[in-house]
Amino acid sequence: MSMDIIRRIEEQQMRDDLPEFRPGDTIRVYWKVVDGRKEKIQRFEGILLADKGSGVRRTITVRKISHGVGVERIFPVHSPKLVKIELVQRGKVRHAKLYYLRDKRKLEVKKRDKFGMSRKKKK
Amino acid sequence: MKGIGILGKKLGMTQIFKEDGTVVPVTVIKAGPVYVVDVKTPERDGYEAIKVGFEEIDERRAQKVLNRPLLGIFKKAGTPPLRHMREFRYPGITQQFGEVGKVIKVTDVFKEGDEVDIAGKTKGRGFAGAMKRWNFSGGPRSHGARGWHRRVGAISAGSYPAEVKPGKKMPGHYGNERRMVKRLEVVKIIPEQDLLLVKGSVPGPVGGLLEIRLAYGTGPQER
Repeated sequence: MSMDIIRRIEEQQMRDDLPEFRPGDTIRVYWKVVDGRKEKIQRFEGILLADKGSGVRRTITVRKISHGVGVERIFPVHSPKLVKIELVQRGKVRHAKLYYLRDKRKLEVKKRDKFGMSRKKKK
Repeated sequence: MKGIGILGKKLGMTQIFKEDGTVVPVTVIKAGPVYVVDVKTPERDGYEAIKVGFEEIDERRAQKVLNRPLLGIFKKAGTPPLRHMREFRYPGITQQFGEVGKVIKVTDVFKEGDEVDIAGKTKGRGFAGAMKRWNFSGGPRSHGARGWHRRVGAISAGSYPAEVKPGKKMPGHYGNERRMVKRLEVVKIIPEQDLLLVKGSVPGPVGGLLEIRLAYGTGPQER
């Protein structure tokens, strides 16, 4: 009973305008930044490493390589500062958390077509 | 309206986004409605207070759960049978709320932005060791330590003072004590469901009874 009430409070704040995405996908996050009086929208494109939490508390970790340095950002998915998320490319992975990518030089994930199957290399 | 407190039940925690994207951790409390069961007056009782009950019990169930004297109290007050009762006292309270049978809701007492003190019973931890109860450091977990991991250590010096000081922190019963968290901000009130959302955490388990008052120093006080 009490969990229902909390879920209802959370649902009021949740957004439903986001595409579906999973760890391994490459996504572009548009994030609103307020700097003094100015407001601008930052883009952050990278591989979705982890999807944590449920309800309003859900967060995603996105990793990219910027000028040779690995950068990770954690975004609260339901934050009003998040403008939108674009799906750039689907990825095929076998783990829910892709922390092993941190130890790789390049961020590489197998591509996946829209049917969720990995593409076969043509000989 | 200030001053009086209300009873509530902890429902759990979540978070809320402010407009600028700041995340506020909140505890959700089912606060009231509360029924005035009795009014204490200086003439009759020597002090001024109202006695208030919370959480209605179904009439039929009440026959089983409550004894006859208690049932009598509620009958006399003209309220449904209630599970919990508390008194709130401070001078002037009876003029504001001193009417037997009256219903008090969250919105009668608090508004968004108020600061509140919340008291409840902490989770019982049973007989706890010194590490959990008093944050002692214990011993090393390795480096050759054998069987000396979570002990208390020395409790005093030797021939002088030749005693263990009273109040020495030792293992013992921990939790299930009344504790009050002060000056929590009321983030939001949802009147239709009698919900009170307060910034931060609150003592006790989910489902625990809470006493919520206007924060000390921000309104007329009890005692």
